[in-house]
Amino acid sequence: MEIRPDEDWRQPDRKLLRLRRLEVGTAAAVLAIAGVVVAVTGSLAGGIVLLVAALFLALTLERFLRRRFEAWGYAERQDDLLVRRGVLFSRLSVIPYGRMQFIDVTAGPLERALGLATVKMHTAAAASDARIPGLDRTEAERLRDRLAELGEAQAAGL
Amino acid sequence: MSGSGDGWQRLHPLSPVVRGGRATIAIAVILVPTVFGGRSLSADYPQLVAVGAIAALGFVSWLVTRWRVHDDDLQIETGLIRRRSARFPLAQVQAIDVVRPGLARLFRVAELRLRVGGASGGMARLAYVSEREAEPLRDRLLELARGERAEAAADEAPGEERARTEARVLATVPPLRLAISILISDVGLAAAAILAALVVAAILSPGRAAVAGGGFLWVVTALTLVWRRFNQEYRLTLAESPEGLQLHGGLIALTAETIRPGRVQAVRMVEPFLWQPLGWCRLEVDVAGRQRAKGEGEAQRGRLRAVLPVGSRALAEELLDTLLPDRPRELAAPPRRALWKSPLRYRKLGWGRTQTCVAASSGRLRRITAWVPLEKVQSLRRVQGPVQRRFALASVHVDTAGRTVHASLRDRDGEEADRALLELADLARAARG
Repeated sequence: MEIRPDEDWRQPDRKLLRLRRLEVGTAAAVLAIAGVVVAVTGSLAGGIVLLVAALFLALTLERFLRRRFEAWGYAERQDDLLVRRGVLFSRLSVIPYGRMQFIDVTAGPLERALGLATVKMHTAAAASDARIPGLDRTEAERLRDRLAELGEAQAAGL
Repeated sequence: MSGSGDGWQRLHPLSPVVRGGRATIAIAVILVPTVFGGRSLSADYPQLVAVGAIAALGFVSWLVTRWRVHDDDLQIETGLIRRRSARFPLAQVQAIDVVRPGLARLFRVAELRLRVGGASGGMARLAYVSEREAEPLRDRLLELARGERAEAAADEAPGEERARTEARVLATVPPLRLAISILISDVGLAAAAILAALVVAAILSPGRAAVAGGGFLWVVTALTLVWRRFNQEYRLTLAESPEGLQLHGGLIALTAETIRPGRVQAVRMVEPFLWQPLGWCRLEVDVAGRQRAKGEGEAQRGRLRAVLPVGSRALAEELLDTLLPDRPRELAAPPRRALWKSPLRYRKLGWGRTQTCVAASSGRLRRITAWVPLEKVQSLRRVQGPVQRRFALASVHVDTAGRTVHASLRDRDGEEADRALLELADLARAARG
């Protein structure tokens, strides 16, 4: 992915990576425990398959997660916000401040525990839903207020 | 024309009957044998109670519904137990339709549908008002909607008179051509395929009755789709007036719709596969509105407004000149290697832009060309999938507030896509002013 060097790209908090690892780790752990249970109670082969699957999941996703985390980025330009994301499908969205109708800041239980929040931008077009996950809570609030302020100043009719 | 005071008004007394639609017909069917069949009324006691209850409910719902125009808002109040009061700012009205289904025409009433923009927007429905009132009311509402911006309100009245006579007819569609075009379009072909499959099945299989029974539903569905299209687009006429583009037509259900200038989010031209040898195309416009909102009429759901159901390329170009005077004429072809990524689409792909408008074409069998005025652009996205990355291709999507039309610059050279993304973002900002 080519990123224009002249933009001031910022990235989500590194804690996002920890959050994602935690999520995947939990899934892998559940799978592993299930594998052990199956191996002890029932068929040994089935249990081993599950254990291998858990290991595979953990290892591949670990690589993928890091790249995915690094793909996230956003840059506040003068008139619009750039958001980039995705490894397999890489996306770069341009959302003019004047087009933002409202901005959501949400935080799930895990995100809250880590002091993170997700900022979501809504425009009148359903296709253009841009979000930035894993921002530090204060940064999320700063971004929200800034976007709302700029949006107000540059608002344009439909 | 001044407002008729702050007074609340009721809908037409026959509204519940028309709104009941098929239920009304069913009730009539139930009652006819009772009344004329020589049976005593007491034998059908339960039916009568049911009919009475339905009629009472309809009457109550009519009684508690009222509307008025107040402070540039249209207010509608309804509901007996859970009172609902809705207010629709007229300044945000995108279009007003006058719809008259078959039963409504019988009773000389019409429904007014106001499409309101914005994320919270939806549809305001006045169902029903009397046929005589409908047109003047629509004109008045449109005028109020326009009045928000127009300072000169004093000499509006004579201007409006002139406006009505000045409506210039741009296009109309001969019924025969419409019928043929629908038969060889996707809808028509699907219906034909279903019919053919049923006939073959009926001939081959021994249990003919069973096939006919199971297939009946399919036939009805297919015919309904074809019929709906024909009914909606029959004698559709497009006219230009100062209030906006006026569309009216319909066979049984008449619709009249006004699309205000500057509210068009996107225009697209569709050329179905079988139309191409005939040089026909279909022109549709997309206006802002919530995506498939609940409570929208059948005709509205997920369907674009066809301003030209079928017509020649030349006529379409003429209409496009009216809708989008400054639009790209030449579309640039994608790089040759896009052939590997999208072999079926390759020959249809293209994009172009001017200072105020972007156009992109795509489609596998049919060709779809979409134009988006840059001032309507909501956001831009550049997307590169794994296959595209192998061929150094990327797509740029242009999002608007419309329902379905999105201009997508598919499978462009990666660097070209990057440039287009930033260039379009700058132009869109300039276009918004």
